[in-house]
Amino acid sequence: MPHDKLHPPPADTRKAPAATLAWTRKHLLTLESLSAAELEYLLNTAQSFREVSTRSIKKVPALRGRVVVNAFFEDSTRTRTSFSLAASRLSADVIDFSEKGSSVSKGETLVDTARNIEAMGVDVIVLRHPASGAAEVLARSVKCSVVNAGDGAHEHPTQGLLDLYTIRERFGKIAGLKVAIVGDIANSRVARSNLWGLKKLGAEVILVGPPTLLPRAFESLGARCVHDFDSIVSQVDVINMLRVQFERIRTSQFPSVREFTRLFGLTTERFARCKKDVFVMHPGPMNRGIEIGSNIADGPNSGILTQVTNGLAVRMAVLYLVSNATAETQRR
Amino acid sequence: LFFSGLSRIFWLSMRTVYDASDVQRTIETLVDRLAVAFSPASPLNIIGIRTRGEILAQRLALALASRGFSRIGRGVLDVTLYRDDLSEIGPKPMVRPTEMNIDINAHPLLLVDDVLFTGRSIRAAMDALSDFGRPAAVRLAVLVDRGGRELPIQADFVGLKLPDVPGDYRVNVKLGEIDGRDEILVEPRT
Repeated sequence: MPHDKLHPPPADTRKAPAATLAWTRKHLLTLESLSAAELEYLLNTAQSFREVSTRSIKKVPALRGRVVVNAFFEDSTRTRTSFSLAASRLSADVIDFSEKGSSVSKGETLVDTARNIEAMGVDVIVLRHPASGAAEVLARSVKCSVVNAGDGAHEHPTQGLLDLYTIRERFGKIAGLKVAIVGDIANSRVARSNLWGLKKLGAEVILVGPPTLLPRAFESLGARCVHDFDSIVSQVDVINMLRVQFERIRTSQFPSVREFTRLFGLTTERFARCKKDVFVMHPGPMNRGIEIGSNIADGPNSGILTQVTNGLAVRMAVLYLVSNATAETQRR
Repeated sequence: LFFSGLSRIFWLSMRTVYDASDVQRTIETLVDRLAVAFSPASPLNIIGIRTRGEILAQRLALALASRGFSRIGRGVLDVTLYRDDLSEIGPKPMVRPTEMNIDINAHPLLLVDDVLFTGRSIRAAMDALSDFGRPAAVRLAVLVDRGGRELPIQADFVGLKLPDVPGDYRVNVKLGEIDGRDEILVEPRT
């Protein structure tokens, strides 16, 4: 479409907004599309929401009368519960929708399902879907806000944000830190969201995994790719261990569980060579004894449960910001 | 329209700048009244509304402490999440943390804000307070009352009472701690 006075070209959404930034995005689909200033704004807002969960009455009326639908087309405990709780702490009404037992099993398409849900007067759809880009497609076809709660191997922005938040809380900063993301990178949306967020906020990202699960293409995204975990284990400030996603891995990519653990697991021996104050993270659910040793997951360097706690504050901030984004704002 | 025009003319003839010594005097007046209204030996919780109410609350608490008030509790409310006019005030204010580490139950509580206008932030603050407890009484102190209420809310302690300021004017309170100097400006909204 030609651009003229009536149809100006869309604004460059990646340009860093001014210091007095106001949140204008109606959807949260990726961290790739956010600027560093927007990421900071989100993290700062999340910090304010942390306080709400410490009150005896853990609820604020910010989203009273709004409806949030959790549309999950994939299994999830943490993310779904976290979004539900976040929405109810903001006084929104929450509806849980899952593929099982719905009309989706009768052959309805994602967009039709979503439009039908929307027609009931929904304000935010939180979408988890096995197809990469599903949230983007949905955002283009509905009028309400869409929050991506994980789309295939593409992105999981709220997980990325809660990881950023947890790292920032632990170290007081993100810029200049060395962060290793270890394991099944190719199939991981968590790795992609983390990579985008960490790079934008100035951290150095090292991706670690076997060549079959860590294609060289990731180097073009600005990460260092390493196939030998031991070569960097003593240098990093943060180790984010990814779950081995048995449901996504084809057997040819993955020799054996024992070999994976020996080469890429965070075992007691390997952990002993880490920096003393190394921060160990895991997005869950953990395969104890496979990618991470039980004693490390439960040890003093572990931030795994803090991640979950922070996830709630981050999701409250996200729901609050997207549903209050001004109506005149153009879509994303 | 005729009357709003009249009040505009009336307003233009009014004072629009109050300097640091005016602000100082206004705060002292407030402190005098508070010192009479509350008892120095009893607990008093002073809660400021972000951002400038927080600083005013801090100043009032210090001044009262120097007059022998020994049982002052302090807290800060961010009322953004309780507001009913978020869609009307343009760019969303950043949500900042609320700090209420005190027990507000059963003791008198003094809410502090810089400017009292529509009364909507005070309503929001009272809603927020009810999530933290049940004070014996809630009183309101403001540095400036500019009129223009949209809710049945009045302040108990007013530093500077301005006759109704037209809605297209802004009462801008500046405080040294964050603005570099103390000042009250009445200026057209830009």
